[in-house]
Amino acid sequence: MNPTSPRRPFLGGTAAAWLLSLPALAIFVAVVMVPLAMTALLSFYGWGQYKGIEPVVTLKNWREVLTDPYFREMFARTFRIAALVTLFTALLGAPEAYILNRMRSPWRGIFLLVILGPLLISVVARTLGWALLFGGNSGVINKALMNAGLLAAPLPFMFTETGVVVALSHVLLPFMVLAVWAALQRIDVQVENAAISLGAGHLTVLRRIVLPQAMPGVLSGAIIVFALAASAFATPAIIGGRRLKVAATLAYDEFLNTLNWPLGAAVAVLLLLALVVVTLGCNALIERRYAEAFR
Amino acid sequence: MAAARAWDGMPFLELDKLTKRFGDLLAVDALSLVVDKGEFVTLLGPSGCGKTTTLQMIAGFAEATSGEVRLEGHDLLAVKPARRGLGIVFQSYALFPHMTAGANVAFGLEMQGVGRAERDTRVREALALVGLAGLAERYPRRMSGGQQQRVALARALVIRPRILLLDEPLSNLDAKLREEMQIELRQIQRTLGTTTILVTHDQAEAMALSDRIVVMNRGRVEQIATPQQAYERPASPFVARFLGRMNELEGRANLGVVQIATGSWAKPTAPAGEAMLVVRPEKIALVSPAPDRLNGTVRMRVFQGNHWLYRIETPVGVVLVIRQNSGEPGPVEGDAVGLSWSSDDMVVRPQSEGPL
Repeated sequence: MNPTSPRRPFLGGTAAAWLLSLPALAIFVAVVMVPLAMTALLSFYGWGQYKGIEPVVTLKNWREVLTDPYFREMFARTFRIAALVTLFTALLGAPEAYILNRMRSPWRGIFLLVILGPLLISVVARTLGWALLFGGNSGVINKALMNAGLLAAPLPFMFTETGVVVALSHVLLPFMVLAVWAALQRIDVQVENAAISLGAGHLTVLRRIVLPQAMPGVLSGAIIVFALAASAFATPAIIGGRRLKVAATLAYDEFLNTLNWPLGAAVAVLLLLALVVVTLGCNALIERRYAEAFR
Repeated sequence: MAAARAWDGMPFLELDKLTKRFGDLLAVDALSLVVDKGEFVTLLGPSGCGKTTTLQMIAGFAEATSGEVRLEGHDLLAVKPARRGLGIVFQSYALFPHMTAGANVAFGLEMQGVGRAERDTRVREALALVGLAGLAERYPRRMSGGQQQRVALARALVIRPRILLLDEPLSNLDAKLREEMQIELRQIQRTLGTTTILVTHDQAEAMALSDRIVVMNRGRVEQIATPQQAYERPASPFVARFLGRMNELEGRANLGVVQIATGSWAKPTAPAGEAMLVVRPEKIALVSPAPDRLNGTVRMRVFQGNHWLYRIETPVGVVLVIRQNSGEPGPVEGDAVGLSWSSDDMVVRPQSEGPL
């Protein structure tokens, strides 16, 4: 057989491609698109305390979600937490990735595992760990700080925004580190040497040469972290509890406690839409900003 | 014109027993070299010979195990790499990908605190010097390899470096572009008079560009000489083999006459006894066979455009011959030919010194 002779495709090239992706496409449509469309439709249904879901088309849920200050507060809190988590993971994750990138063989693997650690632990165990460290008067660190006379009252952690931000930053940090690391690995070592030979000090090299090249990684990490933080459920549910609701726990409560499915659907769809807008907006910004230099 | 030595007789750049050891490996073994101001010196050798390590020690990216580097009499190794004021062109060009060509070139001037107006002028001049006028706003990714190479050169030259260090700068270019860049590089270096050290494994590049060549092998200097000297009078078998092709033929020397099979050459300086005769392929002429000549049969010939490469089967083995393509038909496969060369073009080595 002559391997260089062009083989005629069994079907037209595109037809074969569609056929091969059909199973995956079918699953995607069946388990993602259909429920999503149904949820969106559900948000336009009516609901009564005693009548349950009413199959009438109404904008009542949407009006409530968009105008009621209670919901506005929930969404403001959700995006405030997501923004802070993104900021903290960027501030901690970017230097962490830089150090990781400079490490040598055995250590790099070990520390990568340490960084990925939070992802390997169940959310319940991890959150319980935070509670043990900071939870009320009996939290280990709170106790130690109070015994040392550094604190008069325990540092509030459970049921606070601070607690949710810290715990979320902890678990989402790996996503930032990996994104930045991927960007750093593409930097030629000689580029740093070139800057040094031109008279740049180490800080200047970091600021002017390394950071700008790592920036696309930081931004794509930020998009991932922001989306995951804004839609996170387990961590805010355990640390925030009922007292500190975010959009995801709010939708959950509407579905399973109040049983007002249409309202829950409106909250869920609004969260999704907001995230899509933020993510696509940031992505477009990155594409435009870095098109010349990096694509 | 030979480069002028500094007026007070002090060498411009001096490497003094410069040594680099990686564990048990002696990467650079007591390298000593004096470079005059304005000179173009090439460190030439196969990969792993220590040439790049030497360059990195001068640049400050590798620490010397022992030895000294003096620039205009001052200890260079004590100076931080960022303060050495050397221009470096890296093999990968190492351009800043997030900056335009102009910003790349301006970076070194910015670090020196040169004012904006002067900076702009000098960047424009430097880009014009390397033939990139008008491309200041372009990003490196949007440039060809040759253009990136020029930006890297402009970036290194614009800071008016005391020495220009070139680390295999042309090895990523295709053959034709490489030749053009060689000529241009030489012209720019002559115009500016910047003392230049080039590192390369390409002997043709080294010979085309340099005032002097330092041939290195396994961390040691084999020969320091002008390109012609090194080619015509190689100091060691390694140099001879590294710079171009060589024929090594067995023969006998007696009473000032060298005998190879049936051919004989007058060579008064040849010591008597078994000898190894060394002659470059392009010094050999193909003539008609005769009983008192070294004769052979053309086994193969390869056309290479401006010259023919012949492999001639002789009683003392296969001899390589290069003939200029003069347009006239030469001998073809199977033809009997005689081999002739001037005895001046032949180096005689006593057999006891072993083959080259």
